[in-house]
Amino acid sequence: MNPYRKDFPIFEGNDKIYFDNAATTQRPARVFAEMTAFNDTCNANPLRGLYAWSVEATDRYEQARHTAAAFIGAAQDCQIIFTRNATESINLVAYTWGMANIGEGDEILISIMEHHSNILPWQMVARQKKARLVYLECLPDGTITDEEIESKLTDRTKLVGIGHVSNVMGVTNPVEKIIALAHQKGAVVLVDGAQSAPHMPIDVRKMDADFFAFSGHKLCGPMGIGVLYGKKELLEDMPPFLTGGEMIEYVTRESATYAELPHKFEAGTVNATGAVGLEAAIRYIQEIGFETIMKTEETLTARLIARLRETPHVTVYGQEDPSKHCGIVTFNIEGCHPHDVASVLDTENIYIRAGHHCAQPLMKWMGVGSTARASLYFYNTEEEVDRFADKISQVRGWLGYGD
Amino acid sequence: MEIKSLYREIVNEHNLYPGHKYDLENPTMVLQGINPSCGDDINLQLRIEDDIITDASFNGSGCAISQASADMMIDLIIGKRKEEALRLAETFMGMIKGTATAGQIESLEEAAALQDISHMPARVKCAVLGWRTMRQMLEEINK
Ligand SMILES: Cc1ncc(COP(=O)(O)O)c(C=O)c1O
Repeated sequence: MNPYRKDFPIFEGNDKIYFDNAATTQRPARVFAEMTAFNDTCNANPLRGLYAWSVEATDRYEQARHTAAAFIGAAQDCQIIFTRNATESINLVAYTWGMANIGEGDEILISIMEHHSNILPWQMVARQKKARLVYLECLPDGTITDEEIESKLTDRTKLVGIGHVSNVMGVTNPVEKIIALAHQKGAVVLVDGAQSAPHMPIDVRKMDADFFAFSGHKLCGPMGIGVLYGKKELLEDMPPFLTGGEMIEYVTRESATYAELPHKFEAGTVNATGAVGLEAAIRYIQEIGFETIMKTEETLTARLIARLRETPHVTVYGQEDPSKHCGIVTFNIEGCHPHDVASVLDTENIYIRAGHHCAQPLMKWMGVGSTARASLYFYNTEEEVDRFADKISQVRGWLGYGD
Repeated sequence: MEIKSLYREIVNEHNLYPGHKYDLENPTMVLQGINPSCGDDINLQLRIEDDIITDASFNGSGCAISQASADMMIDLIIGKRKEEALRLAETFMGMIKGTATAGQIESLEEAAALQDISHMPARVKCAVLGWRTMRQMLEEINK
């Protein structure tokens, strides 16, 4: 029996198979217990504190920042900006660093595997600044080759936006190599860590990322809290994103001076409860340890892929090696539209994602309209994988095929 | 109806062995209907003579529900006056929204089987794609 399952109230007393962890993960009871404790003992507006509760709320909020900084290896807490999610983190960089530093004729390089959240903000910058949006293409299994990286990086490349792990292919992109080569060209690199931070240890300094974005809800935290990490020099030079309360030093009728990092980028009352929940989630994950998380996911993914590969009419996308899937298994069943597949599996209490996975350019490149995706996390079990695979072999029958 | 029985009893048949999935030789109107978010895509073709739909067909790709629903719709509208087809479309939309009466729903014949799609919000747009496209075509004539 998986020892972590009991930590998750949502799994109690039912046999639902939740295989949509790349969309959002489940949360252990303790995450909400911590949020409730904040609510019940020190809820007050952080950063304005002239009294004990507010001082305590500020401490808890900043403690969460410290935990998040340590989680990804940031040198200083002030390099961690709390946002709502990875999408907001990426938009923050596009609207501030991007709009201030990218000009006409410049190039923004992103990969064909990006989530819409790491495409649309750059389309916006490219459109407004008359810059060119260039795509890193990948091989059919999702590999981005060295030659491809070298050929697409030019002296005009100002920014590279790269997903650390693809939410469709599950493949881990060679971000360290991309960053090193991009830096040689003087480009800045944003790593979209939405799908990597939940599954592997991150060291932003070793990676040498300029920006790194992730969401709390994909790593057992609550929805509505995310992180943007940035190099300090870059963050300091960037204009603010949103303006208003909490992010100022001094305001006159006509102008204002901005607060120091990280508050410069956190306008308005912050999501302190969310930050406390995120911290609890990070601590929970750290207690389990990435070694265990990765080993569990790898075992489950290998089993799942092996079972799917032996099922007639099923195509599995991405890398041959299950350990290179980060728990993400995208597939199709011949003759069956993924939405129909998901609908019939729902009646078997199996929950998967189907559609374009917010990666329409990638779907087009793969030559499919949409796909089905099962994505695992450390709390899933071999029994679930087996039941899932058994049901997958029945799907064609349910959809009217004779075999 | 449970969704698996819905597929088994109605949808699969119309999806795998559609009666009207081909190109018409001489349509008087053709319109493409798409659901961008799921990639459902149909090309609806009508022949309308003296306000009567004398023939209809479709082509396209997409989930079983979108394709089967279009096929069932065509079963129903061939030979109907355009006002009547519009009324059926109204009834179908009403059925999906849960506002149509039992009597109205009966007029949809086989397409009434899709009633339970109203409990599956994510699939509603698949079921209504054909109907929405037809309504758009017929309203175009009235302009
Ligand atoms: C690779 C990737 N980037 C970005 C996002 C966006 O995350 P969020 O919706 O939490 O902002 C996702 C979520 O699906 C993702 O998989």
